[in-house]
Amino acid sequence: MEIDRDILLLMLRRMWMIRNFELKVMEVHSAGEFSGAAHPYIGEEAVAVGACAALEDTDYITGNHRSHGHPIAKGGRVDKAMAELYGRVDGYCKGKGGSMHLADYSIGILGESGILGSSVPVAVGAALAAHIRGDKFVSMAFFGDGASNQGALHESMNLASVWNLPVIFLCENNQYAVTTSYAETVAVDHVSDRASAYNMPGMLVDGQDAIAMYEATSAAVKRARAGEGPTLIEGLTYRFEEHSLGLGRVARGAYRDEAEIAEWRKRDPLDILEKTLISQGIATREECDAINAETVEEVEKATEFARNSPFPEPEDLFEDMWANPIPLP
Amino acid sequence: MAQTVFLEAINQAIQEEMRRDESVFILGEDIRRAIYGATADLLSEFGEKRVLDTPLSENGFFGAAIGASLVGMRPVVETLTSFMWVAMDQLISQAAKMRYMFGGQATLPVVFRASMFYGAGSAAHHSDRSYPMFMNMPGIKIIVPSNPADMKGLLKTAIRDDDPTIVFEDGTLFGMRGEVPDNSELPGEELLVPFGEARTVREGTDCTIVAIGGAVNHSIAAADQLAAEGISVEVIDPRTLVPLDKKSILESVEKTGRLVIADPAHKVCSAASEIASIVSEEGFWSLQAPIQKVASEQVHIPYTPSLEKHVYPDAPKIIAAVRRTLES
Ligand SMILES: Cc1ncc(C[n+]2csc(CCOP(=O)(O)OP(=O)(O)O)c2C)c(N)n1
Ligand SMILES: [Mg+2]
Repeated sequence: MEIDRDILLLMLRRMWMIRNFELKVMEVHSAGEFSGAAHPYIGEEAVAVGACAALEDTDYITGNHRSHGHPIAKGGRVDKAMAELYGRVDGYCKGKGGSMHLADYSIGILGESGILGSSVPVAVGAALAAHIRGDKFVSMAFFGDGASNQGALHESMNLASVWNLPVIFLCENNQYAVTTSYAETVAVDHVSDRASAYNMPGMLVDGQDAIAMYEATSAAVKRARAGEGPTLIEGLTYRFEEHSLGLGRVARGAYRDEAEIAEWRKRDPLDILEKTLISQGIATREECDAINAETVEEVEKATEFARNSPFPEPEDLFEDMWANPIPLP
Repeated sequence: MAQTVFLEAINQAIQEEMRRDESVFILGEDIRRAIYGATADLLSEFGEKRVLDTPLSENGFFGAAIGASLVGMRPVVETLTSFMWVAMDQLISQAAKMRYMFGGQATLPVVFRASMFYGAGSAAHHSDRSYPMFMNMPGIKIIVPSNPADMKGLLKTAIRDDDPTIVFEDGTLFGMRGEVPDNSELPGEELLVPFGEARTVREGTDCTIVAIGGAVNHSIAAADQLAAEGISVEVIDPRTLVPLDKKSILESVEKTGRLVIADPAHKVCSAASEIASIVSEEGFWSLQAPIQKVASEQVHIPYTPSLEKHVYPDAPKIIAAVRRTLES
């Protein structure tokens, strides 16, 4: 598949943006600049970026607790994302959502869900609207290998299939749910094997390879837009860091081999994409480094933006409950 | 004015709103063949895309309705109150919380129509009256109509409202006949009942009964019997529990000095308890007697009629409660 140079470079930029955003989050979180859970996406960048590069702004996504990668991959703003983590008024959700609930309705990011599996039926619903109105947009639900065991997933895949909806079920199989390995909890070898039970294609993709993710998702998007229904894609990947920031201090005992972690770290999605771009003459080493440096700078600015943004006022507590407001009880 | 059956009122509301607004569609189990009656003839008029029979997957299709509402549709979901338990995650984690959690970005004009089939030998798994549980969770508007006109007018308002709403449809009223004005008789040619406005069903001076859903008719029967003895009872139907028109309730208690609350739901942490708590906090000095709650006994709904008939509020229990307020 011939991929436009702009798309390849955009993917590289977004992957560096996520990587540098997450590195910054780890730094400022451990410095105590904000508290609360945050789940780093480092190591998995190719999955969301490759998948979202196949979407338009008018397409929809929903996601989960590991939530910084999805909005950035869909073209979201790092300043508003960072300000949200800092709990400030200029954050995406004015400080009401935090790390696990980023959303940007202006570009189809319908919101990340801290309850796992719960946002998948919502993505199916957006696709249902397209189906009823005859619109051409598609929707994509990100979920983990752990969440793939939720009943909501099964209800959603069946529903999407019987109604032939334009949905892409995108499983980020990083092989663990917190400390529990997916081999112990998923009854089939691969989450994508489950597609056959819902009469839809299931694709197992190398989640460290952004181009492979882009190609697989593009095929699924094409099917969906053509009215041929849903697809289940499993991006096989690995999280390089702890499940969530600070968790390493509380978990008793190792659940992943050091050797296994080292092995996967050799397959860094940024290395893999850069090597391909350079070897194919699409970008030079210098161009790749410049993209990295630009994203470092942008994340730096985003962090300053977040630090300088005010906290909400006490009266903001009561805002945003209702579209058609009612008196407080 | 036309005499209309409660179920027909539901049907009229949906039909009128589907005609008026193309983004309104309905989904649920067995609705095309209208096995519960409320969706009769909608398939032939609006077609399969807007009248969807769903798989038996409440969590999945409630979520799908929520997702469709986020992107500009106005879904109306049909279900039974008791089936909402398996879709609680979608109702609470998504419908109730999304707008606030995302800083006001999400708008969810979705309606869940939940029938309450109690009092008919349906036993513990099919007889729930669960509105108090949802009152406890911010983010969902809650309506409990007690007659055909309110049913129609409140459902139409719910479909037009931009927030998630659960309509608790009282199964004991499905066959009830009542006057529902023809649209042509109405200003604006529409029957729209606003949220947050209680209805004074009957005026009185000695005691106020705040009655919810099916308990309204029992309260009217109680008031009739008491009137024969010269006791004047005021009956107030809040109609919507979120938002709740506490002003009308407090004003009535100020006038009568006594309060009985008749509520078909379980009595603990209920709509009745909330109303009692509001009146104790804000209307205490008007009270001449302790507040009386007449709500369902705190047991599951037994199958056999010989036991089930003792569970819910009825006219004799309400009369006894009014008398207790007058003793002191
Ligand atoms: C319904 C629900 N159950 C449990 C949790 C607690 N929890 C948070 S993350 C997580 C593991 C998720 O694993 P997976 O879906 O594979 O995503 P990953 O963290 O690996 O990206 C769990 C169990 C939750 N947030 N929601
Ligand atoms: Mg996982």
